[in-house]
Amino acid sequence: MSAVLFFIAAIGAITGAVGVVMLRNPFYSVLALAFHLVSLAALFLLLRAEFVAAAQVIVYAGAVMVLYVFVVAYIGGGEQLTSGGVLRVLGPLFALALAIELCIAMLGAGLSGVSSKGAPYIPGFGTPAHIGTLFLTTYLYPFEIASILLLAAAVGAVVLARRRRGLEPDEDVEARIEAPRPAWTGTMAEAGGIRVPVQEGWPGTADGERVGTTGQPNQEGGW
Amino acid sequence: MSATTYGWLVLACPLVGSVGLGLGYRVWPGRAAGWIATLAIALSFLFSVLAFIKLLGAVPDHRQLTSTLWNYDVSAGVDAKLQILLDPLSVFMILVVSGVSTLIHLYSVSYMTLDRGYVRYFSYLNYFVFSMLLLVLAGNFVLLIVGWAFVGAASYLLISFWYRRTTATRAGIKAFVINVVGDVGLVIATFIVFQHVGSVQFLTVFHGVHQDFARNGAPIVIACLLLLVGAFAKSAQVPLHTWLPDAMEGPTPVSALIHAATMVTAGVYLIARMHVLFEWAPTAADVGAIGGCVTLLIAATIALVMTDIKRVIAYSTMSQIGYMIMGVCLGAYSAGLFHLMTHAFFKALLFMAAGSVIGAMAGNQSLDRMGGFRRALPFTFACFIIGGLALSGLPPFSGWLSKDDIIAFVDHRGGAFVILGIAAYAGALMTGVYTFRMIFRTFLGDPVPEAVELEHGHLHHAEVPTNPMTGEEEDTDVGFPGPGHFIAEREWPMKIAMSTLAVLAVVGGVLQIPGVDDAVTRFLAPTFADSKYSHTEVASAPAWVGLVIGALIAVAGISIAYRIWVARPGTSLRLRERFSNVYVFLSHKWYFDEIIDFLIVRPVLWTGRLVDTTGERGVIGGFTDATTGAVRATSAAVRRGQTGFLRYYAALMIVCLGGVALYFLISST
Amino acid sequence: MNIGWYLVVSAIVFCIGAGGVLVRRNPLVVLLCLELMLNGANLSLVAFARMWGNQSGQIFALIVMVVAACEVTVGLGLVVAIYRRSLPIDVDELNELKG
Repeated sequence: MSAVLFFIAAIGAITGAVGVVMLRNPFYSVLALAFHLVSLAALFLLLRAEFVAAAQVIVYAGAVMVLYVFVVAYIGGGEQLTSGGVLRVLGPLFALALAIELCIAMLGAGLSGVSSKGAPYIPGFGTPAHIGTLFLTTYLYPFEIASILLLAAAVGAVVLARRRRGLEPDEDVEARIEAPRPAWTGTMAEAGGIRVPVQEGWPGTADGERVGTTGQPNQEGGW
Repeated sequence: MSATTYGWLVLACPLVGSVGLGLGYRVWPGRAAGWIATLAIALSFLFSVLAFIKLLGAVPDHRQLTSTLWNYDVSAGVDAKLQILLDPLSVFMILVVSGVSTLIHLYSVSYMTLDRGYVRYFSYLNYFVFSMLLLVLAGNFVLLIVGWAFVGAASYLLISFWYRRTTATRAGIKAFVINVVGDVGLVIATFIVFQHVGSVQFLTVFHGVHQDFARNGAPIVIACLLLLVGAFAKSAQVPLHTWLPDAMEGPTPVSALIHAATMVTAGVYLIARMHVLFEWAPTAADVGAIGGCVTLLIAATIALVMTDIKRVIAYSTMSQIGYMIMGVCLGAYSAGLFHLMTHAFFKALLFMAAGSVIGAMAGNQSLDRMGGFRRALPFTFACFIIGGLALSGLPPFSGWLSKDDIIAFVDHRGGAFVILGIAAYAGALMTGVYTFRMIFRTFLGDPVPEAVELEHGHLHHAEVPTNPMTGEEEDTDVGFPGPGHFIAEREWPMKIAMSTLAVLAVVGGVLQIPGVDDAVTRFLAPTFADSKYSHTEVASAPAWVGLVIGALIAVAGISIAYRIWVARPGTSLRLRERFSNVYVFLSHKWYFDEIIDFLIVRPVLWTGRLVDTTGERGVIGGFTDATTGAVRATSAAVRRGQTGFLRYYAALMIVCLGGVALYFLISST
Repeated sequence: MNIGWYLVVSAIVFCIGAGGVLVRRNPLVVLLCLELMLNGANLSLVAFARMWGNQSGQIFALIVMVVAACEVTVGLGLVVAIYRRSLPIDVDELNELKG
């Protein structure tokens, strides 16, 4: 019985996957993925992972796919499948090679740890109670980090998608950049002789005191 | 307190003065800086006198005292301590240096008023006196070199004091570069001495010279020749003399102090201090004497045609130092040092008086524009006469006794040195001529407009200040001379300083009258006790013959000058036309500047440019460019892997993932 | 049921997803294929958890789901921002991060 169910679910998953890749309209790809996710949930049930299956349906197929649907609806779709150079051929080839390699690894003598049947399991394996206990005891740390990650993602999404008008020019800063520096503070303009500053009000000189012919200042107690 | 403590105090006073003035340069009001600096040097002179008294109180055998402050570099066989040597020679020198410096500081207090760099001037001047005192008090070669270098630096700072004048900065650089040549000679000589004797301390070296060197052998002769290079550079002897006339760009008190009385005598001091080495290498000593003699003749001839009043006095200094060098090279130590002392008096006096005249001329220094100042500047005229008579060697002034002391000794040495003696008398004749040429042209004759103005009580002021050498316009702000002009008649500090020196120039000779007393020789005897000339005494009779000859020559020189420039006006012009070739040759200063430019300056510049283009830009620049080029090319090649295409990156990842899986697959079988 | 079957399915799904990433040009579809790959990995995790009787695999799978959700959020935000700026929705055209 379980074998039959397995094959149905497996074929459904693979079909959905193929559909995601091959369908031209991105909306259809989203729907194919949703189908694939539900099949995968069935597979999880067969593997005695009830909570994971439920989470898969609710979170993945329920929330994430709905998000996708919204975005696809916003953006619209339709593009050519590929017209991009050499990867049109090589892409599937690489994927095929990888698949063969993984299968050989798993089914051949490579991974000798794969046993044919499942191990004996405790009752309550895969139930929310057990998963919850594990989350709050052994795996508390990843749990908390995952929540921080969710926060970061939420903030990131808001930041990325908001309308931005750019920075307002800061009048204060601009005014200070343009204003002339006080005399004899050693700006490059003075050193280059481009700008001989005005003398009024500079401490130490009387108003209207004559500056030397080469623009040197009249300092008190000169050097 | 012991004599050596006084020695350290002598050094400390000007150092504290210089640093204190320098750090607070904005703070000192009015002339306070000048008075503080003068006080510092006066204290130094006081301590020198106390050291002198203490030294006299000791037995003659115990008059060579050393004192170490701390070990400066005691490692690897070198034993350089911060050590002063207080013996009669150094005490003599510090007395002369600090004494004359005090008077020159006093003079400068009023001379440099209203100059924007007043405080800086006194800081530098104190620093110079500190360096000179360090030089003469040094107890080992290392400290001597330190003092030597400091004095050169102070000279540079003070020559280019009015730093916005291009002529002044160029003169400062010229002086410094030539001094550095001398420094090199001194340092290499030190090394040779150290290599053979194993120590740098004076007393150790002097005791060990006879064992460690072969008499008149190559090492000692080379060492002494290198010492002569140093001495000649510092004392402006031919051929390293070209900096001294240009050094007249500095303020007049600087010329008085550095380039008449103290720094240029450092070479004489050096040879006197190293007399043990020089006596052990007679070849080098003879070379030195010939060099001194040649200098005194060349300088005297050039002074005959110079038209800048300060340059006449500068060449006169060069000539007189030639006498001193000739004297100490041939063994006349006390005579040479006695002449050093009297020369300091009358030369400083002449420079100060020249400063007064320049003040009356509102900064102009040309003899062609001066004349008839005798009624307007009577005090200055008197000082000039006194200084000029002392310089020419007329009895009973001090110069007569000291100069002829040297010549008598030279003649006493006999042999070929008699030629040097005759040359010295020829120089003395020319000395009389050029000195009184200067005096007659400045003070006698019809008064020039500035003199007339001054007679009516108004000191001339130029409307637009100009550079006296080139005539280009300046202002009176920082870096140029101040707007004030000062003459001795109106400024009491100048008057006091000049009067003191005038009195000393007149009576200074009584210290060493042949046959009557020989205070200088007896005082210096402990230092020169190990000299083979220590018991060579010129007998009274030949000495007096020499003195009479000297006096007659002085009178002859003065009367020649009188005849050419006063009695028959127009004679000088006719002489100039008749001997125009000679005149041109002399007024180009024997073409030394041109020769040095051709032989040394141009090749060095050419080499520098060559190294810049080929070496710097070609080799080194090419190497770095090649390296950066290689790095750039490599990174450009690597950059081509960053295409920006997402799918290629993904493909790469998938392929590598497959590769990793393959690896694990294979390695586990 | 032999665990190997589940693993084969997981490998096939993963490789189909990888192929899709390499082949498709619409960034939305690329993200979908990325989801496929993640799901493949999830399946193998849960399979191994069943094999060993250890629930860590399921925990791991749940965390992977969380991560996938976050990544989708940010990725779709990016695509929306790109769309708003009227740039072409084509990964081959969006190639300014290059050397």
